[in-house]
Amino acid sequence: MSALLDVRNLHTEFRTGAGVVRAVDGVSYTVDPGETVAIVGESGSGKSVGAMSILRLIPDPPGRITEGQILFGGRDLLGLSPEEMRAVRGGEIGMVFQEPMTSLNPVLTIGRQLTETLEQHRGADRATAERRAIELLGLVGIADPERRLKQYPHQLSGGMRQRVMIAVALTCEPRLIIADEPTTALDVTIQAQILELMTGLTRRLNVALIIITHNLGVVARYAQRVNVMYAGRLVESGPAAEVYHDPRHPYTMALLRSVPRLDRPRQARLDPVEGQPPDLTRLDGGCAFRPRCRFAVAACAVSQPALEPAGVKGHLSACFRRDEIGAALAASLAVA
Amino acid sequence: MSVTAVESRPLLEVKGLRMHFPISEGILRRRQVGEVKAVDGVDFSLKRGETLGLVGESGCGKTTTGRCILQLEHPTAGEILYDGIDINTLPRHERLALRRRIQVIFQDPYSSLNPRMKVGDIIGEPIQVHGLVPDATKRVARVRELLSICGLDPNFADRYPHEMSGGQRQRVGIARALALEPEFIVCDEAVSALDVSIQAQVINLLEDLRERFGLTYLFIAHDLSVVRHLCQRVAVMYLGRIVELASCDELFDNPLHPYTRALLAAVPIPDPTIEAGRAFQPVRGEVPSPINPPGGCVFHPRCPIAVDGCRRTRPELRELRPGHWVACSEVN
Repeated sequence: MSALLDVRNLHTEFRTGAGVVRAVDGVSYTVDPGETVAIVGESGSGKSVGAMSILRLIPDPPGRITEGQILFGGRDLLGLSPEEMRAVRGGEIGMVFQEPMTSLNPVLTIGRQLTETLEQHRGADRATAERRAIELLGLVGIADPERRLKQYPHQLSGGMRQRVMIAVALTCEPRLIIADEPTTALDVTIQAQILELMTGLTRRLNVALIIITHNLGVVARYAQRVNVMYAGRLVESGPAAEVYHDPRHPYTMALLRSVPRLDRPRQARLDPVEGQPPDLTRLDGGCAFRPRCRFAVAACAVSQPALEPAGVKGHLSACFRRDEIGAALAASLAVA
Repeated sequence: MSVTAVESRPLLEVKGLRMHFPISEGILRRRQVGEVKAVDGVDFSLKRGETLGLVGESGCGKTTTGRCILQLEHPTAGEILYDGIDINTLPRHERLALRRRIQVIFQDPYSSLNPRMKVGDIIGEPIQVHGLVPDATKRVARVRELLSICGLDPNFADRYPHEMSGGQRQRVGIARALALEPEFIVCDEAVSALDVSIQAQVINLLEDLRERFGLTYLFIAHDLSVVRHLCQRVAVMYLGRIVELASCDELFDNPLHPYTRALLAAVPIPDPTIEAGRAFQPVRGEVPSPINPPGGCVFHPRCPIAVDGCRRTRPELRELRPGHWVACSEVN
């Protein structure tokens, strides 16, 4: 099966007063049709910029995609004209953003935001578009869709608005949806409803989903594959179960260890990732995680480790000591 | 007074707390058309040295409860007894003195620090206002000491907030709260805005400070795993009321209220194997408006075990097991 999305060696940088920030620094990954891939990372790790680069929504200036290819269904999105790109956005690729309040137009009715997409992308007439809009609102679990169609975003709750965003993303039967922190602004019971809805729909309609999040629990519940980002690079990538049970990058290991968990006995003390997140304007040639890493050796200061196979097939890690770490972890688990 | 008598008396007692905000309409003649019942009858108490978690979703009244304790709101009804004294009946000057003993750490380390003030002045100002260290040189030394207590380089006193990361800023917010040597700190979502790797650092810092200075925390948060880690007792709020209150272990091992159960089930566990084996049914519906809350039990429209009676009578908190209080008529 060939990949639906194939990101190759993507570089996106921003020119700022403090210097050039390489927000995405040579990232490659693929997404298969119908697959759910999570991109995990902390603020500033480049996870959102990477997704915005796929949609070519990077403001230029100050941002620029300097290198790489983004093959979507075999076509390089970076080679498309602005008109062709507009047809892709909201057409073959749907988007769901974090803040449903700011990503819906406050002066248009819910109905108009749905029908506009259909009229633009499909050339549908008003009546057809409206029928489809009602159908879509029903699909995302909004009761009484005819009435909701005439309402404005401010008349809806946060969870409702996010449902509308999902409906907008689904209007043109996309093959891929990119969801950037889709539930971070929502309460935990509503978050559960929205994620259930999104993954249920993408599975049923065979839409691939890239879900960008910092919540490790959300990833564990919903993603088949995980990409972990740190300082603009992919540091680990693999099937979710492998990455969680046999992490091969010290950053992933540290992240998993630092969160308190409801399924485990209370710990006396948390085991945090020490130090501060990196300043992207002051990276040297070595591994960016080195200053916070417990496993760092002299080689880590000399060059950046490449993303290479570790453990089972499809599991990759960008750490010089990827194999040792796996063995050490297995040994420590055997002792415990 | 004997030592034991002091310890058995709660440090903070909240009785029948109500905070209703009026909703007004009209341009020429303002008239009240309704009210938001943000907090609608809340009772709890806190012992010295204890950490009580206050959890719930947005709009449940947890922050308003904290603000009433901080005297940032004047409650509609109810009493807040601090060390046995009703804080709302105190004369002004005594209230100021009490403010020194009760401090707050806010959620957002970006908006809660004045961007035009240096870190040293942010921490030093309350010390100066309350006249704790009148001598300027000694005050600088005290600020540097506070910074290092909070795990920051003392030279950060000369920096501005924008020169620091989110985690470092939150440490400044903590140093500011500590500056007045308080006994009691309201932590309002104090770690929610931080990145995962930084969150654990700050949680550890809060625990260290609690031990070192014998602090009492009211820990307001929506993240249940963090609350479980930090707190001795937990109160779950829904639509302005406490629906369940118990010791931390009891609440998480044996949740009784259907809302608490729904909240716990909604938290995904960072382990794909466990998640794959978990049958998961999200609670239906959304939180109703606190302007016009449902009659009877406020949770009944979303409750999986609601019966007819739940529509009519509001269940009171009952002590079903020693120290385990639940406001639900259908659990035993």
